Amino acid sequence: MADPQPPKADVKAVMDERAGAAVAQKRRAALLRFVGLALGFIVLVKVVDILAHGNFLEPQNLTNVLRQIAVNAILAVGQTFVIITAGIDLSVGSIIGLCSVVMTLVANTLNLGGPGTFAVTMLVGLAVGCAAGWVNALPVVRLGLPPFITTLAMMQVARGLALELAHGQPIPLNNTAPFDWIGTGYVLNHIPRFPGISWQVVVMAAVAVVFWVVLARLPFGRYVLALGGNEEAARLAGIDTRRVKTLVYVISGGCAAIGGMLLMARFSSGNPVNGTGAELQCIAAVVVGGTSLMGGRGSIIGTFFGALLIGVLNNVMNLINIESYMQQIVLGAVILFAVVLDELRKRYLAAR
Amino acid sequence: MSAAAIGAPLLRMEGIVKTFPGVRALDGVSFEVEAGEVHALVGENGAGKSTLMKILAGAQPADSGEIEIDGKRVAIDGPRTAERLGIGMIYQEFNLVPDLGVIENIVLGVEPRRGIFLDKAAAASEAAKVLGELGIALPLDRHARRLSVAEQQLTEIAKCLVRKARLIVMDEPTAALTDRETDALFALIGKLKAQHVAFVYISHRLEELPRIADRITVLRDGKAIETRAAAEMPQDDLIRLMVGRSLEAHFPDLPPVALDAPVVLDVRDMSAASGVHVNDVAFQVHAGEIVGLAGLVGAGRTEIVRAIAGADVPTKGEIRVDGARVVVRSPRGAIHAGIALITEDRKAQGLVLGMTVRENTTLAHLGQFLRGPFIDRPAETQVTNTEIAELRIRTPSAEQIVRNLSGGNQQKVVLAKWLIGHARVFLFDEPTRGIDIGAKSEIYTLMVELLRHGAAIVMVSSELPEVLGMSHRVLVVRDGGIRAEFAHADATPDKVIAVATGVAA
Repeated sequence: MADPQPPKADVKAVMDERAGAAVAQKRRAALLRFVGLALGFIVLVKVVDILAHGNFLEPQNLTNVLRQIAVNAILAVGQTFVIITAGIDLSVGSIIGLCSVVMTLVANTLNLGGPGTFAVTMLVGLAVGCAAGWVNALPVVRLGLPPFITTLAMMQVARGLALELAHGQPIPLNNTAPFDWIGTGYVLNHIPRFPGISWQVVVMAAVAVVFWVVLARLPFGRYVLALGGNEEAARLAGIDTRRVKTLVYVISGGCAAIGGMLLMARFSSGNPVNGTGAELQCIAAVVVGGTSLMGGRGSIIGTFFGALLIGVLNNVMNLINIESYMQQIVLGAVILFAVVLDELRKRYLAAR
Repeated sequence: MSAAAIGAPLLRMEGIVKTFPGVRALDGVSFEVEAGEVHALVGENGAGKSTLMKILAGAQPADSGEIEIDGKRVAIDGPRTAERLGIGMIYQEFNLVPDLGVIENIVLGVEPRRGIFLDKAAAASEAAKVLGELGIALPLDRHARRLSVAEQQLTEIAKCLVRKARLIVMDEPTAALTDRETDALFALIGKLKAQHVAFVYISHRLEELPRIADRITVLRDGKAIETRAAAEMPQDDLIRLMVGRSLEAHFPDLPPVALDAPVVLDVRDMSAASGVHVNDVAFQVHAGEIVGLAGLVGAGRTEIVRAIAGADVPTKGEIRVDGARVVVRSPRGAIHAGIALITEDRKAQGLVLGMTVRENTTLAHLGQFLRGPFIDRPAETQVTNTEIAELRIRTPSAEQIVRNLSGGNQQKVVLAKWLIGHARVFLFDEPTRGIDIGAKSEIYTLMVELLRHGAAIVMVSSELPEVLGMSHRVLVVRDGGIRAEFAHADATPDKVIAVATGVAA
């Protein structure tokens, strides 16, 4: 080139420095957001606690809130992957019902001793959930059908299958022993004045952490985000987009199976109507958590906070005796408000 | 321009300033257009052309400055206002609704009504009238998605005319047109000029300006550098004004291909059936050689390189890289075999616009950046920064979102993505479309650099000088097959065009 330009080594050095700075800035921004969110939460919680006459901040109540959001948070984690690819999974609620019925039937026929029964039951449940997810994905990746339709169909089929298998009635677990720990057990419950943490919460945390790592740190997660951002560019970059897309629905189905296990263990029965309406609850958590329905953007941490916010809200409204019709209205308004706020925040950042 | 020469110009923009975060996109630009004039607006990417036109079209507000139409000061506060003032805007990526017909698109937003109902008959006759006056034949009942690029453009022009536009802004109108379609477009512009319609004509194709433009204004770094009659603006001056320096050698010297250079890419009797059908294409590319695929738009050149790269699956034939047969069933397989495709449309196919420079650079080769099962981000950053320095990608940092880069720099990110791999074959599809001269010559230099490392290059380009200047051999494609081959020295524009258009065999 004719014109003088800085030597490449200098450019590289500057870029290295700036990359460091950019990463540091991103971390600071993330920390700031986290602190802001946490502070907001604390203030909100304090206000809420006052409204609830001090009942909210009771340790017992707080652990209850976490336990109550466990299933929704797990579903939302799987749903996050699907939504990042600009898809949607409407079948997760029905897969919960199907899996809890199937797992109850399996557990009732097994006689392997506690851990054996638990393991086989869980594996069969996971297999059913993942298979349902795979079937969801098949017409999407092969024929390019919209996931809204295929998962809507699965929502009907899985629910119908659950009701058929259970003859429309909840099936009680013959022997609840292998499942009691995960259903009603607590860890850390020996500490004085601390009620302990439900195993359901531990499972939720494990699922969230594992999939946070998958999304943020593994190539697969990068591929999911790339596919959601520009599917053709991802394909031409050598990414097996069909496989990635299929796995996304399999993950969602698998998460639903775990949710089914938690419900079955907790109520000691396989209820075919378990998880009715859960698909919309978890989509709400994902969206409130900042994941874009247009695809290409989203995070597990955001989703967790989304689920937490909705859970806290439900809990608080119960504590202060807001009647259930009113609760629905408030919840809807909060979802809309959260998404509008997020959009305004993004516009503000983009304009800066 | 007789009538309009008296009194005020049709459009006068004065002292327009527009600042974006960190950039002064327009720094007091003044610009005039007379009625019945074609006024070309040229400048490198990022010079401010698009911003100026967006302000005129009401798509963005100016920070300060004045706009006058017929000598009367106007405030353009939105697209509707611009439309009412007689300003029509035709963006490079057209704004047609794909599933509406031609008529519906033409009258979109100004539909004739009878009471509360749409008056379809009136719409049809209005569209037919506008098209008829200009002698344009369009398939009126066809959906916009099924129109050719040229037909879409005519629909856009008709849209402007139905709205009684007196000034039409066209952004890179000939970028995707064949030469014949370009001729037709220029003839149409001529007719409209006679009716006192004025044009602002934005183009990177400097060689066509003497044919179409009356005056030329050069923008550089947000300033209007100079306005001259097109006849008094030789191309050298134009380039010098645009880049602010003279670019003596447009194309770098191609290093000769060694006599004993091995065949790297060997395509044998390949056919493909996506889009334009490709039939029995066979050619070889040696190490250190650039083979140019010339031909008209729609001849099947893009389809040929896409099939080689597995973007579309070939129906027949064989592809060998370094003598080894490659089974190309997907882009993934081709990449493993050492074939890199730099696609024609970087926004739709080359980049994930919402991701960072780093994420885009490593996307196709993430396997190189693993520590255990995890992505090694520091390693990604290191390699990305090296490419930023090597390719002189103008970006604040590797963490910049690619959407915020200029076209030329986006194209460099696409290149970086393929350079970090170990590709032996590079397929460039329109590598310099819509990017500025500085970036163009940087890309040519890079191609020569690749040759020195023994790469084999196939280049598809619709710019004839580019194919002729940057290819050791030129293959002319027509109707999905290779119809002629010329060595660098024998490849003259008239010979190539004769074959491409079917005049010669």
